[in-house]
Amino acid sequence: MWRRSASFILDDERRRTSNSPPMADNTTRAPFQNPDAISAYYQTRAAHHGVITSDWLAQAQAAVGGVSGEEHPDSSVAELGKEKTFNVIEEFNGWRKQPDLAEAVAAIRALAAVIRASEASTMMELEIELKKASDTLKSWDKTSISLTAGCDLFIRYVTRTSALEYEDFNSAKSRLLERAEKFGEISCKARKIIAMLSQDFIFDGCTILVHGLSRVVLEILKTAAQNNKLFRVLCTEGRPDGTGVLLSNELSKLDIPVKLLLDSAVAYSMDEVDMVFVGADGVVESGGIINMMGTYQIALVAHSMNKPVYVAAESYKFARLYPLDQKDMAPALRPIEFGVKIPVKVEVERSARDYTPPQYLTLLFTDLGVLSPSVVSDELIQLYL
Amino acid sequence: MDPRRGPLAVPKVRRVDAAAGPLAVPKVRRVGFFTSIEPSPETPRPNRSLSGPAEAITSSSPLSDSPSGQFISPVQIPPSRHHSDNLASRAAPVPVPGPSAFRRQLANDRTLHVGSYNPVDSLLGTSPPSSNGEVSEDSGSLFGFQRSDSAKLSASFPNGGFDMTVAVRAPGESEAKVATASTSDGRKKNVEASGESESVATKPRKEKETKSLKEKTSKAERRAIQEAQRAAKGEGSKRAGESSRPKPSKPAKQPPPKKEAPQVTSSVSEKRAVSVEKERRMDVPQTQMQYDDKSRVDKAKRRSVVEQTESKNKVELFLHLPQYERGNQLPNLSSNIFTLDTIHHAVYKVGLQHLAGDIAGDNARCIAMLHAFQEAINDYTTPPMKDLTMDLTAKINGYVSFLIECRPLSMSMGNAIRFLKNQIRKLPVDLSEPEAKASLCSEIGRFIDEKILLADKVIVQHAVTKIRDGEVLLTYGFSCVVEMILLYAHEIGRKFRVVIVDSRPNLEGQKLLRRLVTRGLDCTYTHINAVSYIMGEVTRVFLGASSIFSNGTLYSKVGTACVAMVANAFSVPVIVCCEAYKFHERVLLDSICSNELGDPDAIANVPLRNNKKHSKTMDNNKNLQFLNLMYDSTPAEYISMIVTDYGMIPPTSIPVIVREYRREDLLL
Repeated sequence: MWRRSASFILDDERRRTSNSPPMADNTTRAPFQNPDAISAYYQTRAAHHGVITSDWLAQAQAAVGGVSGEEHPDSSVAELGKEKTFNVIEEFNGWRKQPDLAEAVAAIRALAAVIRASEASTMMELEIELKKASDTLKSWDKTSISLTAGCDLFIRYVTRTSALEYEDFNSAKSRLLERAEKFGEISCKARKIIAMLSQDFIFDGCTILVHGLSRVVLEILKTAAQNNKLFRVLCTEGRPDGTGVLLSNELSKLDIPVKLLLDSAVAYSMDEVDMVFVGADGVVESGGIINMMGTYQIALVAHSMNKPVYVAAESYKFARLYPLDQKDMAPALRPIEFGVKIPVKVEVERSARDYTPPQYLTLLFTDLGVLSPSVVSDELIQLYL
Repeated sequence: MDPRRGPLAVPKVRRVDAAAGPLAVPKVRRVGFFTSIEPSPETPRPNRSLSGPAEAITSSSPLSDSPSGQFISPVQIPPSRHHSDNLASRAAPVPVPGPSAFRRQLANDRTLHVGSYNPVDSLLGTSPPSSNGEVSEDSGSLFGFQRSDSAKLSASFPNGGFDMTVAVRAPGESEAKVATASTSDGRKKNVEASGESESVATKPRKEKETKSLKEKTSKAERRAIQEAQRAAKGEGSKRAGESSRPKPSKPAKQPPPKKEAPQVTSSVSEKRAVSVEKERRMDVPQTQMQYDDKSRVDKAKRRSVVEQTESKNKVELFLHLPQYERGNQLPNLSSNIFTLDTIHHAVYKVGLQHLAGDIAGDNARCIAMLHAFQEAINDYTTPPMKDLTMDLTAKINGYVSFLIECRPLSMSMGNAIRFLKNQIRKLPVDLSEPEAKASLCSEIGRFIDEKILLADKVIVQHAVTKIRDGEVLLTYGFSCVVEMILLYAHEIGRKFRVVIVDSRPNLEGQKLLRRLVTRGLDCTYTHINAVSYIMGEVTRVFLGASSIFSNGTLYSKVGTACVAMVANAFSVPVIVCCEAYKFHERVLLDSICSNELGDPDAIANVPLRNNKKHSKTMDNNKNLQFLNLMYDSTPAEYISMIVTDYGMIPPTSIPVIVREYRREDLLL
């Protein structure tokens, strides 16, 4: 913990001397805990990023091979769990390999598979089974917000739908399955809706700064290009997985003028930017977003230069989380390649995401409409309570 | 207006005019508490005084005067404070005659009055009607607070509102005239008293009256009228919200002038129709009394159980808040406890505890109040010929005004009372009395359990997720929820430190400090003066709340805003823990409009220092005022998060919670 006051240096000293073993243990273990603490969510994201590009077939193949090879050893929960819970994760992993499928949709598909396979004869039993499965899924990858949100949404739907009470069990079951199938379509449709909504904000001659590779943002830019809007895009490089390079590659194919920036050149080029577009891994209760590392500082720079920051996110990314600061989330770690050898004593910040507080965001484009950050909580309360 | 009687009335007016002579200089009619100030010589000749208003109005209204007014003896209705013990002393010694009895019947049994007064209506056409003054006054008071009735009535009478109102004449009427007469003689001894009497429905008529006066009355007289109207307006604006409903069947000749804002019911008739009035009042959000309004305060004082002496040197900006000298009323009150029967002993006890400060903290006060109400409801029996819903609500209102006298209600208590009244109103009609009482008591118990106790547990569960190992938590003053959070976090083994910031004069933080230290928490105790120093090492600020308003403004113990702002400057997240029942749908912008004044001596006297003499000299200093504010408001932008029983929400979501979960409380 980082402290400013002098008294705390003393406190720290005292604590270190009094119980040094646990402290030392903590500090050393946190960054180098074990190589398997890597966020599965961000690994899949990375895999998908490869896939979206034109030569996606080969890459997808590689991603499937690579990811599944790593995942099995680290799923300790699965070892404890029964065979069925193991199946859920298998199912989920199977679904999320599909590049166009959002994580939440994959989660819902996996839960639908649970329903299909379930031998429960009452609604209550089914509910309990689903709850167990979703808990397993959630605990399997705590870093994925949309996975959690997707599970929660589906459980909500199952437990909350009053229509189910009047039907017999089998038809209720099929309704749930239907719903799960629909969810995939909804998620694809959401992207289209968001793209349509955002068109009013893109004007001819504007310069848009984009950070990270978001499917929604790509859809927005695509639609704008199709509508013959004339605009320029600045892409950040997006270290360490080079998402910006991938995005610029895609945009150049659409004949959109693109400029690639270093991540550290954001402030330098902010004066020529008219608006910032970012995607989101998750939209939290406060109206802030959790997104790829670097979003926060871009939002800060944009805010201080009075440029609007627009977030494009589907509503299933809304999560009942409320981080107070950057460290208030479960850390999502990922491997970072520096190209050079890093000395052993040097710590590496490997977090994959940061939290942008709502006061630095201008608007959120969601399939529920164009929202101001404070409306997110409104929607969440109505959705979850 | 009433063409039928037009020709008949006019000559009469003339006659009265002539008879009245200089004495009958028209003034604005008054009803209300004036008999006490009224010179005794006036009382024996109320019919004489009648001419005053009669003349004023008859010129415009054909309904006009009548000798029948003479038959109405002056009536003094006790002030409308229903359960106060000292009513008798305040009430004028005039016996209550027939009309008032009728009136009471009317209030109790509404179906009766239309029929019973029908003959009178028929009389109106043939025989000289009662004085016009009464008519208009009465209709006003009627429309003022029982619209449904008046609507019904006007429907039943072909002549519209004014005719029929003759039937339901207010007994205070003749008094009004007495008062007017006395004013005309003694130059408005009681201008302020008149305020209450100005009634809603008379507005258009009165305007005409004043208009006609323009020709007849002298300048001084006009001024008197104006003054009376102003007083009336001041009075009326208080309850403008209540009485602003459109009045049925009023003569819509001219739009009422803005000056004569919708008026209040006369307090006399208020007393008569207590239950009706009560029912109506429930719909209206309780407005805070403005204590810089002289007439209103005087009135309230007359009714109050608690004898409070106002403190002398009050701060200019906070004159609208009640401020009394402390410590002198308690022995008096506690000796009263066995003699007082209008207020249930449990409520009385809680009131005294509030007054003495034995119960502090919003939740504790609210729970104590609700328990007292539970007990009171248990002991309650509906009087014969009365409706449980109405009578019980009136009783509760009486209790509440007693509690307010002891100490201004907190927002949460207001919400709880609103809940209780809603429950009473929602009682099914066919429920027997014991059943109704049982259901009310269980509802109150459920409220305490669910909205307060359980909510606290949920808040603790939520808030504890925000406490990580190695954190330094700052809290200000004493909040029982924050205490529970800290203790629970300690229980589940979180390693953290607590900084308790405290402030004079209450030093509530010491209580928290004592409790935390005995449980083995690592604490730092400091006063608010050092908050900017200590904030540097703090990682989270936990605050309690008295209320949170719709715009996200936090209303909490004074000093909270300071702590929150310093935390914000150090970019330390500020977490407010507040049960959802404390949310208020109003909007608060500053700390001035809504606040509570504490004992000024508390900040004047520093304990430990022997400065008795010193403070004595300070007391008498006219240039020195002490301001001991109890609350302040923190704007929403200084609050990072609010932890409620519905989860963790940003301050912008307060209206969502109020809208989604307290809808039943909001609508009526």
